[in-house]
Amino acid sequence: MTDQKPVISCRNVWKMFGPQPEAYLAGLDPSATFEAIRADGYVPAVRNVTLDIARGEMLVIMGLSGSGKSTLVRCMSRLLDITAGAIEVDGEVIGDLSERQLIDLRRNKMGMVFQSFGLLPHRTVLDNVAFPLEMRGQDIHTRRARAMEVIELVGLGGREDYFPRELSGGQQQRVGIARSLAIEPDIWFLDEPFSALDPLIRREMQDEFLRLQAMLGKSIVFITHDFDEALRLADRIAIMKDGAVEQIDRPDRIVMEPATPYVAKFTEEIEKARVVHASALAGPVNGLSLSGVPVDGGKTISQLARLLVNDERAILPVAGPDGGVIGALDRQRALDVLFGEAQ
Amino acid sequence: MTTVATDAPVSVPGQSRLRMAQVLFGAAVCLALAKGMLPDALIRLPDSWVVPFADWFNAMFNFMRDDLGLIHVTRAFADGLDWFLDVTANLLYGKNRWPRIGPIPWSVIAATAAIVGYALNGWRLAAMSGLTFVWIAVMGQWQWAMETLSVILIAAPVSVLLGLVMGTLAWRSARFRAVLNPLLNVAQSLPHFAYMIPVVVFVGVGPKAGAIVTIIFSVPPMIRMTLLGLQKVPTEVIEAGQMAAATPWQLLRHVRLPTARTDILVGVNQVIMQCLAMVVLASFIGMPGLGQKLLQLLQALKIGRSFEIGITIVLLAVMLDRCSKAWAMKQPVHMEKGTPWAVRHRLFLIWVFATVVLWVLSLIFPILHEIGRREALSLAGPLDVAMDWIIATLDPVTQWLRWFLIVWVLIPLRDGMLWLPVSAVLVFLMSVGWAVGGRRSALICLAYFGLIALSGWWDRAMITVYTVTFSVFIATLIGFPAGIWGSRSARRAKTVLLVCDTLQTFPSFIYLIPVIMLFGVNDVAVVGAVVLFAAVPLIRYTIEGLRGVPDAQIEAADMSGATRKQTLWSVRLPLALPTIMVGVNQSVMFSLFMVIIAAFIGTQDLGQEMQRALSSSDVGKGMVLGLAVAFMGLMVDHLVTVWATRRRKALGMG
Repeated sequence: MTDQKPVISCRNVWKMFGPQPEAYLAGLDPSATFEAIRADGYVPAVRNVTLDIARGEMLVIMGLSGSGKSTLVRCMSRLLDITAGAIEVDGEVIGDLSERQLIDLRRNKMGMVFQSFGLLPHRTVLDNVAFPLEMRGQDIHTRRARAMEVIELVGLGGREDYFPRELSGGQQQRVGIARSLAIEPDIWFLDEPFSALDPLIRREMQDEFLRLQAMLGKSIVFITHDFDEALRLADRIAIMKDGAVEQIDRPDRIVMEPATPYVAKFTEEIEKARVVHASALAGPVNGLSLSGVPVDGGKTISQLARLLVNDERAILPVAGPDGGVIGALDRQRALDVLFGEAQ
Repeated sequence: MTTVATDAPVSVPGQSRLRMAQVLFGAAVCLALAKGMLPDALIRLPDSWVVPFADWFNAMFNFMRDDLGLIHVTRAFADGLDWFLDVTANLLYGKNRWPRIGPIPWSVIAATAAIVGYALNGWRLAAMSGLTFVWIAVMGQWQWAMETLSVILIAAPVSVLLGLVMGTLAWRSARFRAVLNPLLNVAQSLPHFAYMIPVVVFVGVGPKAGAIVTIIFSVPPMIRMTLLGLQKVPTEVIEAGQMAAATPWQLLRHVRLPTARTDILVGVNQVIMQCLAMVVLASFIGMPGLGQKLLQLLQALKIGRSFEIGITIVLLAVMLDRCSKAWAMKQPVHMEKGTPWAVRHRLFLIWVFATVVLWVLSLIFPILHEIGRREALSLAGPLDVAMDWIIATLDPVTQWLRWFLIVWVLIPLRDGMLWLPVSAVLVFLMSVGWAVGGRRSALICLAYFGLIALSGWWDRAMITVYTVTFSVFIATLIGFPAGIWGSRSARRAKTVLLVCDTLQTFPSFIYLIPVIMLFGVNDVAVVGAVVLFAAVPLIRYTIEGLRGVPDAQIEAADMSGATRKQTLWSVRLPLALPTIMVGVNQSVMFSLFMVIIAAFIGTQDLGQEMQRALSSSDVGKGMVLGLAVAFMGLMVDHLVTVWATRRRKALGMG
């Protein structure tokens, strides 16, 4: 699913809030702690972040409030200017773009969904969704037709004449999603899109979101403070703390091998078997003699629980998406994941 | 950032702040007691110390008017405005000017008002708006009411436009904001008359002067609300606009301003109310209309007739207030799909129909076009009889009250204030300032009153101070218990707040009618009007403060076994006090305004001098007097704000 060239690439990005961030950062000792910088009257919202987002990938940035995740995504869309480092979008350094070029970039490539929706209260659903197209200068008929398409896509057909105030929270966020998709962006930023919703609606919206993503296949940066949500949606997760990325990896690997004690604290309470896929747990075949029907590598250990308990083979072959054997699964290891390590 | 600024003096420990305040207070008492031994300069500033501020202002205004040629600019602006005023004058009362359509029949205007009322908030507002105009027509006040309205109709939109532009500029540029803010503070504490004198000099008298003074007076709240609204737009809405790739101008036009709609419309409401208040007062500079009629009738002590006009002004005020508030609160609602055009624009069609029908009918039945003097009703006869009876019945009481207040309260108080040495008053104010906000506040108090002393109007200012202090004291005695009573239940609070809201929409002039009726033309009437006017915000903020205490705290008190009285004194009042003090602040401001307006019924304070300055078009003197009044208000405002901010912070209420 990856292409060689990343869509977004962040290199040593810093975002510092304070009276004179550039000068302060230039003279800063690289090993200075978060607390030390705070004590000097500066807030290092993003600290030395380096990461790439591949085409078609969904990167979830996870962190508690104040960890800098929203700031980072605003740096990527250049709603905020960064203090140091560089961010490239499609190979262009966005910090160097003029206002005109930036507007063009946003008009053609970027869409963003906000936590509290950010809808315009005086416009109907239709006019809200058509807003980015209107800014682009499209004529009223084209933009209304396109807006209707996206409204249908997010399941709000028939509500296009409503005002945001007349809709429920979940419906308002569907409007937000539709608006962000109206210009057919390549890159989709979602800043805690479901945090303001009730748990049941949140679940429903996550499903809806996965459905849309399966159809559209965009490159996505998704922000959340909810680790379960991150595990559910992500191709890769970046966990942030105090402005720095603690670990960036596939969900299985974060759960199985947390890089820092901080990440471990999140993974402790997680039922690993529901997250870890057979393919991730499988070791190399390396001449092991494998027999019998292979297990589906795309299934989680918990989905394979019955089979793992009943099967008597010590090593199970694992099949890839195309059916060919891609690895060998140690049944004992899988059972350990399922039931917890033996004491 | 402003809180940081006010924090600085607060960081002085409370203990030493109070110690210093006590020392200063002691010094003030000593100065007063030792008056006999003080050098004259400490009792009243010698004439040679008086700074000729008035001459400076006059020189400045003359320079602007003649040397900079500002008078041509203002005259040109006034002439432009005059053209618009002629249009509304033609439409509303048939002044012989372009477009020569008017006068529009009164029945059409009443129907239009009713339909606007219905569109904004349903049948009740429709009835209210329509009947207001029916009353005006039937009472034979059409001409005067339309003269007044024709000015508001032009002044209000101009103010709104100016306010929007300046508010947006202030929002864009921090530097402009920094210059504008103190100017607005002063402008909003200057009494009405202070605005009129320069306008008379630059424009002359009459309707256009009335319109211009109205515009100047009503712009500040619009600027404030625009700025507030723009600053309040949620970040995410703006970011959404930016991500939709709006240019800065598109962002302002399509995102920021529409999202700030409610605040901006609240500003429009304030503009309209200020316009009405000012347009009535502008009768002092020859603005015809309801105000002028009221002024004449009051001066001739024609109580019944002036009462009728009072009702008209009140009705207009309440109607304009309700309509503009309803507009601010009105939220868009969608129409079902496939609703036909005629249904979507139902009200518009009804309006067209009603206008045509009524216009035609009014050609057939002239009474629908215009109600002449002869056909008009008047309540003046029976009203006068009723009033005479009331006055006669209450006369022993009012007589006694008048005698008691004048002989035992007002005169001794005034003599006392005038007896006090300047130095004692200044040191006393410093002690108050120090107690509230440390050295900075003490210096601010000293600066404000020191300037008043230097202006040479000390004695006059002391008379104003004593009237205001005494009136606010009485207003507190009335307003505070009334507020506590009103806050008992949610329903009662709602009713009382509605009454207060309505009373606050009345132009200040109105409050003079009942007191003149009861007490005649003297100091007691002035105090009475000021008390009435100042009690309203006190009641209002007392209720809001008491009702605003969070339920959790009340429930905690109830569960601790507190009686209702204990809850009131130990929980509600302490938590409500910062809000109540805002009421006291407003009450002082209102009193100052009222004292100055009441001057025309005979006081010896700054207001009387202001009237003289107005009749002799003395800009410099007017500005000095106006600023003296403004400084009193600003000093109280500063003290209350500093105190309330610190108190709120201590209570953890932000």
